[in-house]
Amino acid sequence: MSIEQNEITKIAELARIRIAGEEIGQVTERIAEILQMVDQLQAVDTTNVEPMANPLDATQQLRPDVVTEKNRREAFQAIAPAVENGLYLVPKVIE
Amino acid sequence: MQWEPVIGLEVHLQLATQSKIFSGSPTTFGAEPNTQASAVDLAMPGMLPVLNEQAVSFAVQFGLGIGAEIGKRSIFDRKNYFYPDLPKGYQISQFEAPIVGKGSFEILMEDGSSRKIGITRAHLEEDAGKSLHEDFHGQSGIDLNRAGTPLLEIVSEPEIRNAAEAVAYLKALHSLVTYLGISDGNMAEGSMRCDVNISLRRVGTEELGTRAEIKNVNSFRFVEKAIRHEIERQADILDDGGRVVQETRLYDADRDETRPMRSKEVANDYRYFPEPDLLPVVIDDAYIEAIRSQLPELPADKRLRFTEQYGLNKYDANVLSDSRALADYFEAVVADCGDAKIAANWVQVELLGQLNRDERSIEQCPVSAADLGALISRILDKSISGKIAKQVFEAMWQGEGSADDIIAAKGLQQVSDSGALEVIVDEVLGANAAQVQQYLDADEAKRKKLVGFFVGQVMKLSKGQANPQMVNELLAKKLV
Repeated sequence: MSIEQNEITKIAELARIRIAGEEIGQVTERIAEILQMVDQLQAVDTTNVEPMANPLDATQQLRPDVVTEKNRREAFQAIAPAVENGLYLVPKVIE
Repeated sequence: MQWEPVIGLEVHLQLATQSKIFSGSPTTFGAEPNTQASAVDLAMPGMLPVLNEQAVSFAVQFGLGIGAEIGKRSIFDRKNYFYPDLPKGYQISQFEAPIVGKGSFEILMEDGSSRKIGITRAHLEEDAGKSLHEDFHGQSGIDLNRAGTPLLEIVSEPEIRNAAEAVAYLKALHSLVTYLGISDGNMAEGSMRCDVNISLRRVGTEELGTRAEIKNVNSFRFVEKAIRHEIERQADILDDGGRVVQETRLYDADRDETRPMRSKEVANDYRYFPEPDLLPVVIDDAYIEAIRSQLPELPADKRLRFTEQYGLNKYDANVLSDSRALADYFEAVVADCGDAKIAANWVQVELLGQLNRDERSIEQCPVSAADLGALISRILDKSISGKIAKQVFEAMWQGEGSADDIIAAKGLQQVSDSGALEVIVDEVLGANAAQVQQYLDADEAKRKKLVGFFVGQVMKLSKGQANPQMVNELLAKKLV
């Protein structure tokens, strides 16, 4: 499996990671090396192996539907960069 | 060119839990911004999700309600995208292994016919917060109260063919989930939000056309309008030899149009992967059977029982089983008065009529089922006529007391005392000598019509309280 520079650019954009133009070549090479290791793993026959969702051999514990959290808005908003009328303010996003 | 619409609906249903799906924050609607957002909901570092048992139970109840296979080992995945009302940068959802598999349920059309619509799947996920775009000096305000509210996303098969069927589907779904009690189904508060996938294909062909997705259509009426509009838009494009672009569109209710939502959106690329913070959810048969044994009677079964047990026609059975609360009310009235047909009539005409006029739901009805049952009993035992009963009902609606209290207080008891009625009849006949003569001169056929005049006069004089059957008997005796 190989990977092209434009794929790296797209993944970086989706992940909101800025990669400087001159670094893209290097990043692409390094990720390609990791993918080579994945290729090695892909060679293993997994026909009768159930896909693993989690490495722990355990199942999810459930909690009862009970309200346990108190309102701690003041504490949370004390460390926020900008708040107004109880809202967190962020750079304008409009659909 | 004839085009056939192919429509699939995705409904996001808010589950009626007390706390959120992965945290112990409350889910109450309408609280002050961010007062119901805990460290987990805010995605503070190191916070871990813990799954709410009730959300799982509600999802299983839905699955059993549509006869679906329940995922015995369901897995949560991360759906990755960036938006400020999603603080983690991913939504915890289910992708490969949803909790509810294929199922189906019956939808009812306006004309009383019914049809089965398939459900592809339903999965559990968390809701995002809300972004407010107005009035923050060029910034957006974020309220995370809704973040982490449990949702069941219900995906239909693309088997819906027009706007009316889509509305019927949503109504049937609304009825089902409120019967089950797994959601309040309040569309105005966003408890049931709908995305519509729609494409057109040539009539008679199997291959699907390119689809557009219309997001967030949040009332039955808007769903109908948005679909009609979108079918027209796509048909116009195709008729002109053009191509429909696969895109997400937003319905604008004010302008009654759909328009593209995100112009520079990178094609949906959510990079799903298993959520490492949650283990697989394993559901055993004992758990499923325990839930199955607790399921209430569902709408389709109730409709059938109403026709069989009470002899109602299909239409009446449909109307009266529309909501569980209405059905329970109707059955309580029947239990009190013993006559299902009259009860059905009163509940549908007078009661639903008044509720509509006052824009109230059955839960807010000021007249209890027991009180309405008592009123109908007074009609059945001939204490009052049906006409007077409506007057009494009006007073009951205004909170003037029980049927018996009002009948007594207003002296509305039907006059069945032959002596008292005779006095009134004599007065009417005495005052209308000319009509009496006309009656006596007439032949049998005409007399039948003319006697109505005297009955009317007697009823008028008795303020509607005379027993009509006795009045007729008295007139027959005297008009000779």
